[in-house]
Amino acid sequence: MIGVRSWPRKNLVCRQAVELVTDYLEGALSQTQRRRFEAHLTSCRDCPEYLIQMRATIALTGTINSGVLTPQMRDEFIRLYRRWRADGERGTPETPNRNR
Amino acid sequence: MNRRRQRAGASAVPEDPDSSLVGRLRAGDEQAFADLAEKYQGTMLSLARGHVQSSAVAEEVVQDAWMGVLRGIGRFECRSSFRAWLFRIVVNRAISAGIRERRSVPVDDMEPVIDASRFDAGGAWGMPPEPWTDLADDKMIAAKIATRILLAIDDLPPRQREVVTLRDVQGLSSEEVCAALDISQANQRVLLHRGRSRLRQVVESEFGSTR
Repeated sequence: MIGVRSWPRKNLVCRQAVELVTDYLEGALSQTQRRRFEAHLTSCRDCPEYLIQMRATIALTGTINSGVLTPQMRDEFIRLYRRWRADGERGTPETPNRNR
Repeated sequence: MNRRRQRAGASAVPEDPDSSLVGRLRAGDEQAFADLAEKYQGTMLSLARGHVQSSAVAEEVVQDAWMGVLRGIGRFECRSSFRAWLFRIVVNRAISAGIRERRSVPVDDMEPVIDASRFDAGGAWGMPPEPWTDLADDKMIAAKIATRILLAIDDLPPRQREVVTLRDVQGLSSEEVCAALDISQANQRVLLHRGRSRLRQVVESEFGSTR
């Protein structure tokens, strides 16, 4: 990624390592890249903390509950469903909606 | 420009977490429809809002997408997960609502995710990350941080917000996100990286303590 698109021959510095964290967590680094990233982690005082914070951020983001409907909204969806059912039974032509 | 079709092969699709709800919906169970709406309405609205100007239009787009789901569910072939299919429908409709074109992300031309002033001339940390993760052991504080993250997600640029919401809030796989948003794996990773880095920075700024 940024600044590391052309991989430096020398050891990574922190500024480069922080740009590789996501690729590292995603398993998108090549074996060589991964080894270099991990070598930096073992020799760096601060980047391990950075990685811990990224992992913690991801974990905390995962605790956010995005699915909250009020009972009234739930009722609206039930009504929407029934309306669709009723229209179908009256033979309203369907809009083609290909599965893609 | 960087949007590329990159479909996950059929074999790469894991067990669909919604298969039982989808089965019930196909069998005509209206409660299953409400359950799916409960689960995904928030994310659908946030996806739609990334493409249209007002939340009123976003709500119309989402309602229209749910109708599309009802009409199309009989033909849904489980080639992707249900949620990837669902999010694809809402994104397509939001785009064709035509208010705003999707912008492509210039992958090679981007700011670093950490302010350059935090590194010394050699590229090592000058102002290292301030610790805060211990705080999250406390459930109350963890909930507070999560709430702060939720606000920060809303402030992300739309495409980063989409990817972070789908991956890290909804827990979709990278393949599902690429299918839902029609973006390449590389593009997905860049958006995810920028979004997550921003969220970490916000938490550090508010909860980090200097050693």
